[in-house]
Parts: sequence; C-alpha cells; structure tokens
Amino acid sequence: MALSPPITDLEQLKSHPALVRLLEWNAKAVTGVKFDREEMTIYVERGSIREVCALLRDDTQFPFNFLSDITCVDWYPNEPRFEVVYHLLSIPKKDRLRLKVRLEAASPVVESVTSVWPGANYFEREVFDLFGVRFTGHPYLRRLLMPEDWEGNPLRKDYPVEGYR
Amino acid sequence: MAHMTPTPVIDGVQDKTMILNMGPQHPSTHGVLRVILEIDGENVVRIMPDIGYLHTGIEKTCEAKFYQQVVPLTDRIDYLCPLTNNLCYVLAVEKLLGLEIPPKAQWMRVLLNELTRINSHLVWLGTHALDIGAMTVFLYCFREREDVLRIFEMVSGQRMMTSYFRIGGLTVEPPLGFFDRVRDFASRFPSKVDEYENLLTGNPIWGMRTKGVARISAEHALSLGATGPTLRGSGVDFDLRRDMPYTGYENFKFNVPVGKEGDVFDRYMCRVLELRESIGIVRQALDGMPEGPIKADAPKVVLPDREKMKTQMEALIYHFKIITEGFSVPAGEVYQAVESPRGEMGYYVVSDGTAKPYRVHMRAACLANLQTIPKMCEGRLIADVVAAIGSIDIVLGEIDR
Repeated sequence: MALSPPITDLEQLKSHPALVRLLEWNAKAVTGVKFDREEMTIYVERGSIREVCALLRDDTQFPFNFLSDITCVDWYPNEPRFEVVYHLLSIPKKDRLRLKVRLEAASPVVESVTSVWPGANYFEREVFDLFGVRFTGHPYLRRLLMPEDWEGNPLRKDYPVEGYR
Repeated sequence: MAHMTPTPVIDGVQDKTMILNMGPQHPSTHGVLRVILEIDGENVVRIMPDIGYLHTGIEKTCEAKFYQQVVPLTDRIDYLCPLTNNLCYVLAVEKLLGLEIPPKAQWMRVLLNELTRINSHLVWLGTHALDIGAMTVFLYCFREREDVLRIFEMVSGQRMMTSYFRIGGLTVEPPLGFFDRVRDFASRFPSKVDEYENLLTGNPIWGMRTKGVARISAEHALSLGATGPTLRGSGVDFDLRRDMPYTGYENFKFNVPVGKEGDVFDRYMCRVLELRESIGIVRQALDGMPEGPIKADAPKVVLPDREKMKTQMEALIYHFKIITEGFSVPAGEVYQAVESPRGEMGYYVVSDGTAKPYRVHMRAACLANLQTIPKMCEGRLIADVVAAIGSIDIVLGEIDR
C-alpha cells in the first residue's frame, strides 16, 4: 500500500460523523483536521476539550464512548510546544478518533476530562508527571511514575536522555 | 510514586480506621505494586494503588534509538507477552512506512501471538490460584508454560525476550521441526486445560473465594478504561482481534468468551476459555500456513539474508546502511492497538522523518485496568483485595514502563 499525502482540508472531511457533530455544535472549537494513514485527527481549541469529549461520548448516532489513551508530544523548540493527544474509541461502531489540543510553552494548562471518563485519571497524571502539563479540575494531580521530589519532567525534549548528572 | 513521602498519602479521617501498607515487596502483588489501604477492622474503606517502582524510562530511551533498535526494548515492557509487544510496535512502524507484509509472516505472527497469550494466561492462572491458596495449579501451569517457552527458544533463540518480529517481517525462517513441535503441543494442550479446570472450576473453595467477589459493572469498567478479560468479564463483548482485525486475524474463526457478573470468577472463566480458543487459532494457523517469503520486499528497511550479504555487494551496502544509519520513516503519526492477553495494548509512534522515532508512547492495558481496583475492593475484605489484584492480571513492567 503506497502512502498518500495527508488530507488537511476541512471541506473534504466534512462528512466524518464526529466532525459533523462538532461543527454543528460549535465550529470555533475545531481548529484543524488531518486524515493520514486511515486515521482521523481533529485539532480542538484548548478551552473546549472537556465539552467536546462529553459531546462525542453521548452522541446517539456515532458515540465515541471509550477513552483509550491520553498522551503528549513535545515539539520543543517550536511553538505551540505541547500537543496533548486523546485517543477515543467507538466500541459500537468500531472506529477510532484522535483529538489534539495544542498548548503554548508559557502556559501548559488544559481542562481535565476526568469528569467525562474517570479512567483519564492515571493518563493525565502520567502526562503531568512526565511533561509538566497541568490539568485543571483533576481530582488528584500528583506525580505517578517518578518520585515525588523529582526535579524536571523527563519526557520533555530539553531533558537529557541520561538525566541530569 | 509516593515512596519519598514519609507519611501515608491517605489521611485516616475517622478515628477507628487505620492505614495499612501492602507492598511493594509483597508476594501477591505480582511485582512491585504498592497498595495503601485504609481499613476498618478487616474491611477496606479506601484503597490507593501506588506505582512507579519499576519505571525505567523506556519511552525516553526509544527516542534515542533507531527504529529497529526499539524492538528489543518492547520485549521488556510486558515481559509475559514479549511477542505481542513486538507485534504492536512493528505494526505501527509498518503502517508509518506503508509496508506490505507477506502472508507467511502474518500467519506466523498470529500463531506466535496466540502461543504468547497461552504463555501469559498460564502464568496468570498459576500465580492467581497461588494467591488465593490453590498451590497445585501453579505447578501444573508452569509445566505447560515450559513447553511454550521451548517453542519460543526454538524459533527465536530466546525463552522470554524474543524480539522475533522485525519491521517488515520476521527475523529468520522457523527452523525444521518447528511446526511439528507446535502441532504436538496443540494436540496435548486441551486435555491440560481440562486438568486445570478439574482443579478449580467446580471446586467449592475456589467458588467461595471468587464468585461475587470484586464485582464491577460494565458501565464502570468502560468509564474507567478497562479492556481485555477485565472488560469482557463484565459482559462487554469487544475483542480487537475480531472487531478491528490486524495482521490477518480476519482469516481466523474463534469465539470471544464473555462473562456476565463481572466478578473474579467470570474473569477467570473468560481467560480459561480464551486458552481453548487460542489453541484453536494455533491449529488453524498451522493448517493454513501459506508458503512464501517471510520478509517484505523493501531492501532499504529490511535487513538482507545472511547468505546474500556475504555474496552480493548491494546487499552488503544495504546491510551496512541500515545498521549504521537506520532508515528514515516518512513524517506522520500512527496509533496501533492489538489485543494483548491483558487488554488493549497500543503504540503511538510519531515520526518527524528521521531515522529515530520522535515519540513512542505505549498505551498499557494494565495501567487502565489498575484503576478499577478501588471500585472493586472498597467495602470488601482485605483477602478480597488479593483476589481482585490477581484477577486483573497485572504486570508492573507494563504499568511503569
């Protein structure tokens, strides 16, 4: 299978059920789309991620009712530096969707989705621990994997692979 | 990880409760899980898992390696099912590259993946039964596990850290006599599962320790992110192998066992039935094994055969290039999920167009499954905590990475 270039044009992807629902709700919440290697990505404006998740979960036609994963990518030194990545799964429709929120290095803060999926708890703690992205409204935002008194966030790109000596 | 804090993380609010620390060196926590319990007599009021004792920074290490050098690292994530991890990673990178994998390699992957599932479930069954007090099953299970490990050793040279799947196919051809050995194992194994079931399924003591214990509803399991037998035990009929097939699983016929009650016993039954289904898939793979190459036709990505490398100049150059410079992968990102013995194991690989992955993230099934523990255990006895931890089949290597 040869690779075709990614589609980033909103007009061409308008028929995707999740996108239809989001555009209907609030077109300003969607800041971009990408369809690459059979995977759909929607870039969401940072203030509305929790509402977008709740909306997609409760959709009757095409519910993305399961949160697979939350992680983060550090694009240092580019801005916006952080991309928080949400992988949603639709168990009834057997489809996946990726949501992304872009965050500036100056304020890596995004709203927590633990109120939508309690299972986001550990995933968000892990991102907080390893990237230093804060989640507002999280019930227990503390380090998950590293010791409590660890300095720095190991998965940031400006953190050396061998650690600070 | 909260081990630096001298005081317990949960504050005992009521006067009559006390804090009990279990782990990280406790035999029934399957590794280095630490559980902080707030108890009232023998009843659990609150429970908080504390993890991170096995964190080795594999995700960070991956960013400093070539794509092909990450494969051995994936073995060490979930050390009970190394081949499943290998598979998930290579599938993700192959999707990034847009590689077509020959059918024989795909069928071999399915075959070995199911043997890995059997291997992992056997360790789980043995240790889980041991936790609850059934000693004999452990010895029985490890007897068959030894056979599976010998098969792995035969095909890859390693018992546990196999690294047998490579980007673009398999490492080497399976050796002579390999299929006979697997067939022999497949013919013997169902009667062994009967033996385990004779010891446990109808056993009244086993029933008392597992039925109705650590129950979780389908709704809670879904919202907490549980997958695999932990989710299916609660009655959600979802299996990635059947519902979102990868590496040729659509060619195989198998049932997905689903429980009803969501208790320890149903999760146990799901896994035991999966053992039987897996051996059925192994048989189908043996019967339908196609002939042909085991590596994709992509000389810039796949290492050449040893023989060619020694005789042909071009093959030698490719070999040298791949080893010293790696191969570049077109920019993009991929999330690939497979059904590991514990649930949805996902690899999220981001490429920036160079020979090293920009970011590799593993979605650990156990990390999400572990979050169901408080729901299962609160209000129950301490002894049930041990049964609950065993029933979600945790591997700390995968949780902490």
